[in-house]
Amino acid sequence: MTSAKQTGNFRKRIQPTIKEARFMLSRLFKSPLSVAGLVLISYNIILAVFAPVIAPNTSGVRQYDQYMIPRDQSLGFWIQPSPPTSGHILGTTSMQVDLFYGCVWGTRFAFQLGLEVIVSTLTIGLILGMISGYYGGFIDEVIMRFTDIILAFPGLILAMVFVAVLGKAGWSTLQAAIFSIILIGWPGYTRLIRGEVLRVRGEDYVEAARAAGASDLRIMARHILPNSIYSVIIVASLDFGSIVLTAAALSFLGLGSPPGYADWGRLIFDGVPFSGSGLTYWWTFVYPGIFIVLFTLGWNLLGDALRDVLDPLSRRK
Amino acid sequence: MEDQQSVVQIKDLYLNFYTYDGVVRALDGITLNVRKGEILGLVGETGSGKSVTSLAVLSIVIPPGRIEKGQIEISLKGKTYDLLSLNDATMARVRGRYISMIFQEPRAALNPVYTIGDQIAEVFFHHRKAELVESAIAQLKKDLEKASGLKRAIYRRELSIYHRMQNNPKSLILRISSKIPLVKRFQNRMKNAARKYIVDMLKSLNIPDPGRVIDMYPHELSGGMAQRAVIAMALCANPLMLIADEPTTNLDVTVQAQILLLIKDLQRRLHTSILYVTHDLGVIAETCDRVAVLYAGNVAEIANVMDLFKKPSHPYTQALLESIPRPGQKFVSIRGTVPSLVDPPKGCRFYDRCDYAMDRCVHEEPELIEIEKDHFVSCHLHYGGK
Repeated sequence: MTSAKQTGNFRKRIQPTIKEARFMLSRLFKSPLSVAGLVLISYNIILAVFAPVIAPNTSGVRQYDQYMIPRDQSLGFWIQPSPPTSGHILGTTSMQVDLFYGCVWGTRFAFQLGLEVIVSTLTIGLILGMISGYYGGFIDEVIMRFTDIILAFPGLILAMVFVAVLGKAGWSTLQAAIFSIILIGWPGYTRLIRGEVLRVRGEDYVEAARAAGASDLRIMARHILPNSIYSVIIVASLDFGSIVLTAAALSFLGLGSPPGYADWGRLIFDGVPFSGSGLTYWWTFVYPGIFIVLFTLGWNLLGDALRDVLDPLSRRK
Repeated sequence: MEDQQSVVQIKDLYLNFYTYDGVVRALDGITLNVRKGEILGLVGETGSGKSVTSLAVLSIVIPPGRIEKGQIEISLKGKTYDLLSLNDATMARVRGRYISMIFQEPRAALNPVYTIGDQIAEVFFHHRKAELVESAIAQLKKDLEKASGLKRAIYRRELSIYHRMQNNPKSLILRISSKIPLVKRFQNRMKNAARKYIVDMLKSLNIPDPGRVIDMYPHELSGGMAQRAVIAMALCANPLMLIADEPTTNLDVTVQAQILLLIKDLQRRLHTSILYVTHDLGVIAETCDRVAVLYAGNVAEIANVMDLFKKPSHPYTQALLESIPRPGQKFVSIRGTVPSLVDPPKGCRFYDRCDYAMDRCVHEEPELIEIEKDHFVSCHLHYGGK
């Protein structure tokens, strides 16, 4: 086989893939909501990636943790937040913590947290859901009852309990918060994947694969997983926003990150004592709130967009 | 029923399904043998245990079923092995390699997310890796002669990897690296070799333009083409026996005829034994050498195909042959229904529908006896002589 012929073959073989990608993109750009989602997500990604450039540490104080917001020392330790100025374009919150720095680095933190949680819940969910759906029987029963136990409680309350318990056991509240979000997150994925696996397991091609001598592991990895992963990907992308919301909620309740941490929920929590005086100190909670809304809205829109392009049933209409 | 030339022997197989309604005695002492190079037809109505039997040969029992008793023996290189006593890993090596299967609905038997070529190649890689390595090495040596400079060095390196694969097929490093994306591209030569094999194979199954079909997805194929692809997959390890579970039921009649001819042709060319499961007596007459008639989990009759149609000896077979609709004649059907297998009759399972029922049929289960050479019937009518 000559190399020219090979590249020709390659081009021919890749042709359908390119066509499919073009179709997906055109489909994506036809819907304004999908475009809005993509724009929002890319805006957030830019903020997160270039956080050190956009919001550098100008206070002159050395940080041990980049997520700890530097305090403007020229303003002292004033409890009362100071309004937006040219030095602090989004103002400062209690103890003169810079909101702009907090919001920008908060985006980075949101991505980090979301990724950590999604990757771990997805891994746990995939493994347990696969085992549960594929083998069935007693193992299935045990795993499903475990998910029932966790799903029986309201998620946020259970997470609070876990944070409290783990905090007593010596974990930092932040670690405890992330861990407890993972703990309340995996049952949903496990169930979803189990359902999909149950559907695919009954298909003829799985039986055909077994009749052709494939092992359980191969059947799961090659035949069941690729046919059951799509809905999970969509749900995971929709969840990315809500995970950050949950984390913000925990922080807002004082159960997440420590004071002065670049976390939107924490920043709003710091602004709460001043909400008693009406909208006088509006910037302390409005700005972090806007960042949260833009982030979660972006992920929700992206999830819908993904469904539009990935779901073969809804897309060719 | 000992038979020297049989490839697979099912001996006294009992299989139950444990359902909420009770224990369904789906197979009740099935005894069958498939000889070398023959097509054995397995006929019976819905629920008579045809598909369950054929899956049991591969040790695939769909829950809540369980094999209670019996042996399934396969003759391999002069030795016989009991498939039911093998462990799972060994059984997985038997499936597809020595016994493979074609399913009823070809498009459902193909995974929708991979191309035809990918799926057939998977079976190839699984069962015939050594051959692929060999042909890759041959190709490499040819390339090495022509190559020069840097290319030569690369080919040398490749050759050493392939030699390693040949000498130590279970090498852990190779096995792991064949799973990692990009790194696994070192297998590309094997892939190309497999591709060549597959194209040849598809061509031999009368698939037009195999070079294009190999890159198609299952939904792009017609029913007949998909069934050919499935047959290619089943045959690519050159199995001893092929189980065809109603492979033509969902195809239209012209395609059905093509597939039947193809199967018969393959059997003649490759000397593969085929267990052909169907409920269509016309198909049986057309393709099979011998026939086994199943009724409610029992073997009613086994005979050569001509004998069965000329002188059916079991009342059920006779009734079955009479109930084939013929134009201009009144349609005859067998009275009654198939007995519930949860609580089957104690004696012969056919007696309440049988015209010749006797007293002993109620109490005593008939055994399979040979009334003529190669003609077995399980009916009290034939006890005590030919």
